[in-house]
Amino acid sequence: MSGREITADDIESLAVGAWVLGTGGGGNPYLALLNMRALYKEGYRVNLMPASDLVDDAWIATVAGMGAPLVGMERLNDSKTIARAVRLMEEHTRRKFDGIMGMEIGGGNGVRPLMAAAHTGLPVIDTDTMGRAYPEAQMTSVAVGGLTPYPLTVVDVRGLESIVDKVPTWKWAERVARKIVVEYGSTSSTCQPPRTGAEVKKWGIHGTTTKAIKIGKAVREAQRSHSDPIEAILAIEPGKVLYRGKVMDVERRVTEGYLRGIARFDGLDDCRGSKLEINFQNEWIVARRDGEALAMSPDLICVLDADTGEAVGSETIRYGQRVTVIALPPYPVFLTPKGLEHVGPRAFGYDLDYRSVFSS
Amino acid sequence: MRRIGIDVGGTNTDAVLIEDGKVIRAVKAPTSEDVTTGILDSLKSLGSTGALKDKKVDGVMIGTTHFINAVVQRRHLTKVGALRLGMPATSTLPPFCDWPEDLATLVRGGVWMVEGGHEYDGRLFMPLDEAAVTKAAEEMKELGLKSVAISAIFSPLDNTHERRAAELVTKVIPDAVITCSSDLGRIGLLERENAGLLNAALADLSRETIAAFEKSIRDSGIAAPLFITQNDGTVAEASQARRLPVYSFASGATNSMRGAAYLSGLQDAMVIDVGGTTTDVGQLKNGFPREANSVVKVGGVRTLFRMPDLLSIGLGGGSHVQLDPLKVGPLSVGYKLLKDGIAFGGKQLTTTDIAIASGVLSLGDKSKVAHLDAATCKKVFDEAARLSEEAIDRMKTEAGDIKLIAVGGGAFLIPDKMAGVSEVIHVEHGDCANAVGAAIAQVSGECDQIFKDMTRVEAIAAAQGIANDRAVAAGAARDTLSTIESEDMPLAYLPGNSVRVRVRVVGDVAAT
Repeated sequence: MSGREITADDIESLAVGAWVLGTGGGGNPYLALLNMRALYKEGYRVNLMPASDLVDDAWIATVAGMGAPLVGMERLNDSKTIARAVRLMEEHTRRKFDGIMGMEIGGGNGVRPLMAAAHTGLPVIDTDTMGRAYPEAQMTSVAVGGLTPYPLTVVDVRGLESIVDKVPTWKWAERVARKIVVEYGSTSSTCQPPRTGAEVKKWGIHGTTTKAIKIGKAVREAQRSHSDPIEAILAIEPGKVLYRGKVMDVERRVTEGYLRGIARFDGLDDCRGSKLEINFQNEWIVARRDGEALAMSPDLICVLDADTGEAVGSETIRYGQRVTVIALPPYPVFLTPKGLEHVGPRAFGYDLDYRSVFSS
Repeated sequence: MRRIGIDVGGTNTDAVLIEDGKVIRAVKAPTSEDVTTGILDSLKSLGSTGALKDKKVDGVMIGTTHFINAVVQRRHLTKVGALRLGMPATSTLPPFCDWPEDLATLVRGGVWMVEGGHEYDGRLFMPLDEAAVTKAAEEMKELGLKSVAISAIFSPLDNTHERRAAELVTKVIPDAVITCSSDLGRIGLLERENAGLLNAALADLSRETIAAFEKSIRDSGIAAPLFITQNDGTVAEASQARRLPVYSFASGATNSMRGAAYLSGLQDAMVIDVGGTTTDVGQLKNGFPREANSVVKVGGVRTLFRMPDLLSIGLGGGSHVQLDPLKVGPLSVGYKLLKDGIAFGGKQLTTTDIAIASGVLSLGDKSKVAHLDAATCKKVFDEAARLSEEAIDRMKTEAGDIKLIAVGGGAFLIPDKMAGVSEVIHVEHGDCANAVGAAIAQVSGECDQIFKDMTRVEAIAAAQGIANDRAVAAGAARDTLSTIESEDMPLAYLPGNSVRVRVRVVGDVAAT
């Protein structure tokens, strides 16, 4: 098996870094981390393999947990069901997989591919299809690439298994799968449409597991040495500090099955006297400073705890928290007209022309 | 209304007598090794002027750090049988899976996982496997386990499986002490279960401690019901506190903030509690400390306890002072202040020496600190003020200036004018604010649940009804109840307008 072995310490870092790349959504990776700790304790190991090592006709599974993070907090993640979703896809397509990648590196789904990999013995490909977290299935690089949106498997721990055999579009895949997930109790493991090695190499967002591990490692090392964790992130990633402040108000509402709302901040330190607003749809989408658009998707907007450098999620952000907001650069696949159609501000209903904080 | 409040701290056991809203008498006694003697001493001292003679006392409220210390110090813990109802889900993350190994080894008497639990919308997740519960109980009996913690998926929404399992366990082990996770509230199976396991681990200590409290009150000749103060600034009757000792974990800090609110008459303000070694800063909202909303670790275990959101810094009356370069704290002489401070013949310059030199305090031997000139003293006070200002600013949630109540034995370090503060309030009996907070504690009820197919207003009303009933069950008078927190959050992805509502109500203790 090619690639390198992921260490137990890497997984600790991955959990922290994936949460940062979650840009507010994706769910806290803590339970997935606990599962990996337990698996490593039992002797399981996972290898990480760069996409460039894949042969063109390799067959790659894309996995993701789907549902409400809050339900996951009660039902807990089971490491075996995500592996079962992969096996079910193999049975359905009558073809064995050569590797596993994540649909999204952001949040708990950034760690889940490792759970499937541990049980199946397959390597994790150092690639995903978002480079962050996004709320909808069509907001991926493979959807931008127009790749086949089916089949899809959905598995519940009680032995409930569904296959979505054919859908015309990624949006249909999202709609149908969502119905199944809700019936299963709003938490489930999915295997997304299989990809060939050639497709992964062409359309995947590469090196993201390594990137999450690096970010997490920087934050954890800064915490240990009592230095500034946010400086530590910016020392390894070409990001920008957008704002320092305190949460003043959080307005949340559910529309069309998503958590939408606005978080409002008052400035601290060099931002004193200035106000920030971030609109979210699970993930942080558009940030406005004193009414002026400051940063927007596909730029990554990360709200971080000012002291620990750990990510603050849109579901748990609360009044009074002290945060530093940073932006990380967007991925080229989302910067084309087609990419922006999928994940630009208008895809989320904001009548704004995309302008990157990194373009000036 | 006549109440006695007692705070059993690390150094002192403080006691106050409050009559019709006024502090009649406040005393301090050293905390004793067995805790109980200290309480008895402070009660004797409280009554020594005849203040209690022939008087009816309506309640004795005790705040203690006894239970949290047992967990932190890994002492006096009971072995627990952990029974989880949630299979086939959750199997890869069994009870104790995120505990520090040393504590898990002490507490884990055995783990049993059986089918059961509910969905977020109240549907069954799996039917309860009653035969498996009975078999688990028989195995626990075999092992001699007497304390059992039961948890089930979504039990805060529907606790019938936990209740039924408790009945089945009791049939097999009639004298078992059982903690159901649904009694400990919130969504988050692992954290709620952890709270349940900690609670079950305190079963023996809690029974002994509460019995000792009751005895010390009886021995002191005071005929009054005993209440134990809780993390959220309210009290529970002794019987409930005996059953749920984890709710008393963080009552010390909470009591001092509540006491500050009471002594100052302010409901919304910042409180700075300056002790010997550390200073705690917290914010009062509606007379209660603002709660930490996130995960709180106790002895290394993740929980979701209702704890005050506090910022602690290393500044106090015993803080070491270094003059060149200027440094105040975080080291402290602690309880050795009256021995190690310069004014008391010791060698370590402390903030208390500075206060004596500048005439703020009259203690010890002033001539020993006469070499400290006014300019030096001012520099040290300014540094203490700067450290405090920074902490206050970090805890502030509003941009404007805020009122600040300074309490605790080291409150002399807080100047009358501070940046970001509109007014600094020093109060009489501020050094016993924690015991005052215990004396005035109220009773609360909380509801944290997901409601569906209701309007937001209906859901909040339903939550309020449940919280009110819980407060009354805990000993509150229904006509004094008021809602002090109401928070609602629509749930992403869930159908049927699901909304999670958290409501907390408080009321005065019902007259018995």
